[in-house]
Amino acid sequence: MTDTTSLPAGPLIKGKLSRDDLIMRGGMMVIALYLVVTLAFPLWAMLSKSFSTYRIELSQYEFQVSDDNGVFSGTILNGTQLNTETGAYTDQELSTGSDGRLSVTPFFPDFSFRSPVMYKIRNTVPDGRFLIGSNLQKGTDWVELDSNTFRRVQLRPIKATGVENFANYFSTPALFNSVKNSIWIAIVSTIITVTLAFWFAYALNRSCMRFTGMFRLVAMAPILVPSLLPGIALVYLFGNQGMLKELLFGASIYGPIGIVIGSVFFTFPHAFLIISTALAISDARLYEAASSLRSTPWRTFWTVTIPGARYGLISAAFVVFNLVITDFGLPKVIGGQFNVLAVDIYKQVIGQQNFEMGAVVSVVLVVPAILAFAIDRLVQSKQVALLSARSVPYRPKPHPKTDRIMLIYCSMVALFIVGMLAVCQFAALIKFWPYDLSLSLNNYQFDKMDGGGWGSYFNSIKMALLTAVIGTSIIFFGAYLVEKSNGFKTGRALFQMFAMLPMAIPGMVLGLAYIFFFNNPSNPLNAIYGTMAILVICSVTHFYTVSHLTAVTALKQMDTEFESVSASLKQPTMKLFARVTVPVCLPAILDISIYLFVNAMTTVSAVVFLYSPKTTLASIAVLNMDDAGDIAPAAAMGMMIFYTNAAARILHLIASKGILSRTQAWRSR
Amino acid sequence: MKKNTSKFVATVAGALMATAAAAETELTVYTAVEAEDLARYAEEFNAVHPDIKINWVRDSTGIITAKLLAERDNPQADVVWGLAATSLLLLKSEDMLEPYAPVGVEKLDPKFVDSGDVPSWVGMDAWVASVCYNTVEAEKAGLTPPTSWKDLTDAQYQGHVIMPNPNSSGTGFLDVSSWLQLFGEEGGWEYMDALHGNIARYTHSGSKPCKLAAAGEIPIGISFAFRGAKSKAAGAPLEIIVPSEGVGWDMEATAIVAGTANQEAAQKLVDFSVTKEANEMYNVGYAVVAMPGVAKPVEHFPDGLLDAMIENDFEFAANNRAAILKEWQSRYDGKSEPKE
Repeated sequence: MTDTTSLPAGPLIKGKLSRDDLIMRGGMMVIALYLVVTLAFPLWAMLSKSFSTYRIELSQYEFQVSDDNGVFSGTILNGTQLNTETGAYTDQELSTGSDGRLSVTPFFPDFSFRSPVMYKIRNTVPDGRFLIGSNLQKGTDWVELDSNTFRRVQLRPIKATGVENFANYFSTPALFNSVKNSIWIAIVSTIITVTLAFWFAYALNRSCMRFTGMFRLVAMAPILVPSLLPGIALVYLFGNQGMLKELLFGASIYGPIGIVIGSVFFTFPHAFLIISTALAISDARLYEAASSLRSTPWRTFWTVTIPGARYGLISAAFVVFNLVITDFGLPKVIGGQFNVLAVDIYKQVIGQQNFEMGAVVSVVLVVPAILAFAIDRLVQSKQVALLSARSVPYRPKPHPKTDRIMLIYCSMVALFIVGMLAVCQFAALIKFWPYDLSLSLNNYQFDKMDGGGWGSYFNSIKMALLTAVIGTSIIFFGAYLVEKSNGFKTGRALFQMFAMLPMAIPGMVLGLAYIFFFNNPSNPLNAIYGTMAILVICSVTHFYTVSHLTAVTALKQMDTEFESVSASLKQPTMKLFARVTVPVCLPAILDISIYLFVNAMTTVSAVVFLYSPKTTLASIAVLNMDDAGDIAPAAAMGMMIFYTNAAARILHLIASKGILSRTQAWRSR
Repeated sequence: MKKNTSKFVATVAGALMATAAAAETELTVYTAVEAEDLARYAEEFNAVHPDIKINWVRDSTGIITAKLLAERDNPQADVVWGLAATSLLLLKSEDMLEPYAPVGVEKLDPKFVDSGDVPSWVGMDAWVASVCYNTVEAEKAGLTPPTSWKDLTDAQYQGHVIMPNPNSSGTGFLDVSSWLQLFGEEGGWEYMDALHGNIARYTHSGSKPCKLAAAGEIPIGISFAFRGAKSKAAGAPLEIIVPSEGVGWDMEATAIVAGTANQEAAQKLVDFSVTKEANEMYNVGYAVVAMPGVAKPVEHFPDGLLDAMIENDFEFAANNRAAILKEWQSRYDGKSEPKE
């Protein structure tokens, strides 16, 4: 909070805080508090869960053994002591999961279930627990059992804290294998996507090819569907009954091949956007210099074009890497036996109810995600302005031959994207693939399937709208406060850091963290668990960063003089905000809301642990229907999401045009 | 102003209390029964008890079990109606069930009733493992129909079998636990080692293998009979095979959640769940129900299914679940697909 100027120590001069400043700081605190509660606390809860272990505490049990006539001598044997004598269990075997059980007969080498020997067992502490069969025994009273019943005794673990979960994780080859798989898949997908997207963007920005507008539109289409959908399309294309299965020459689509193709599909728009921006601006003088130095086009490409786009390329690579490694829907649908981290979390939590191990895998998954994110940030901070005032924008010249090759290339990529979507729509309309190819709308009878029926579709729309409205308000207001308030440097830097954090947290991890934090009866916010509110909050937080950056960029374009002028006119900041800032930034605000809407419609990973029977969602229904084997209805629902998002996009376009022509007239003279 | 607010709150609270007293009791019932059957179950129940309203909370077995366990210290459910017995045993070992002997429980097959002095849960119906065999695709691949579990390890089926992953699917777990009971601990794992060589992949859900077989995606899917019969009715070229060694099964069961505020209504529901009417109601979808002599044959169900059901030791399954799954995972999970 202290000023860090290099002036000699003197009395600190602090500007008197005006009422406005106080309001702004208060507002900032409120939004920062929101981020702390919806992000920092849940993540902390998850981290502590990953260290919460279960251990069988042998010292908490005492035993007595009778002679052959069932008479007890009164000698009391302690569990720990018995284990040391017999060496029945190693220390590692005593640390277990919440569902762990331990049989007691190995403590008695002479044990036979037919013998007339009687046994007594008790807990030494009141909260000790053991089972006889499946009946739980608590309390410290002695229980007398015959041999045949005694073999059904199982000790239950108690909670402890330690690193055993992690040790366990890294010593289970099946789990540890997923780390390798995830990283490998992410790297391969990244290389392919970035290469494809680079040439696509290059064709659109640096050639005189036709139909660029249409290609731009097609390239963005995958953003409108859940990542599961390409998986479903691939099943129909290359599955054992697939239309193009021969193209794989006997290889199976279920596994790395499927994950990579699907990942390329759904990450393509993200890579394309970033690289396209990087290629859009370039200084023509560099190319003139190159050609006057008689450089070959090839050499020019490597010495001028690539270096100019390098930050874009690196940034795109890390974004794609992050998307692939944290994605859960696609490997779930098409991954087959190829295990990846995100699916492991799901399996641990939903399949085995092993929340602690789920938390451990989450922590492991966060590491590469944060690393990729940090490198991306670092690279972006190095980005310097390519265009100076003296630059001459580069304009491509027509090259009929190159342009034709580019057109063919772009058409192929566009065909890939449109083809995947078309296959899904086609599959959704077929009655019973591959035995009855007549058309029918049977697959749209969602109410007969798992996943919540049509209700989930309308829930999704409601959730997406709420996320868009609430999210945009919170995020834009937060960005305004942090961008335009005076002083308070530490607070603002801290806020910026918090706003960047959600980007690095995989949706799956956020969702799981929400369970640990909100599904705790002692949490006063427990009431929102299982409601629409938690889904909206989770989505807003999950997609906070990109929206925040969009808002900040828009706000940075506005001169701070506005604030000074309004202050000198004694106008409250909030009035300025409502009358000037919001209208001027309306394009950005609309962009943020459509971004939130589309993502809330398609997200699976963030909400898969959080939906309740009353708040099922369309994207989750796609997952659940595919899970139950109803693949065609899953495709049908996926396409419903696509159409809804496409419609929202078009509405957004019309609305922006309409509003912009009225509010942004000042931009063009 | 403040006075007004509190007055308003008092009025609203009063009104709410009045309606609650006048209206029916509401029960929150957790279930894993297929969504399309729930309305029918509630209707039949309300014909007898019109004053009790059921609020269903439905999801798949794994998720409902996880939900119940997660709510251990703060239970939200009054009754569980239609959840796997192995799951209910887990809840019982956590002391989460209220033991209650429903009126007429003695008429049920003892196999379907919890063994405690006062039963903690009572069974409804059984779902039985079976093999779904796509005749069209099998012929294309030149396969002969298997008749036993051991047959499935034959080299001709390599890459043609799909089964559920027991780590995520209740059906998968009942297969594995039945093999361990049928072939013994060692023999069971040896069998699965051999079977693993033929498995194309493991699915997350138990019904998916049969649906994949129905869609011709794979010739043989290890799943359960009920699913197979449904797909067959939908027109899939399926044969439902009951392996000769016997088949694993699990039951859907009913229990009262400890700590419910609506003990009386909950007991009425459990009483109803063991009546003849209720058993006839379960029989619409399930060939095997808890009350002997009630079940009529269900269309497309294979013959001899009832006799093939093994003596299932649920206690063994529940108490060894964690250990079995760990062993399974270390043996088969995460390995690359078998080479074609």
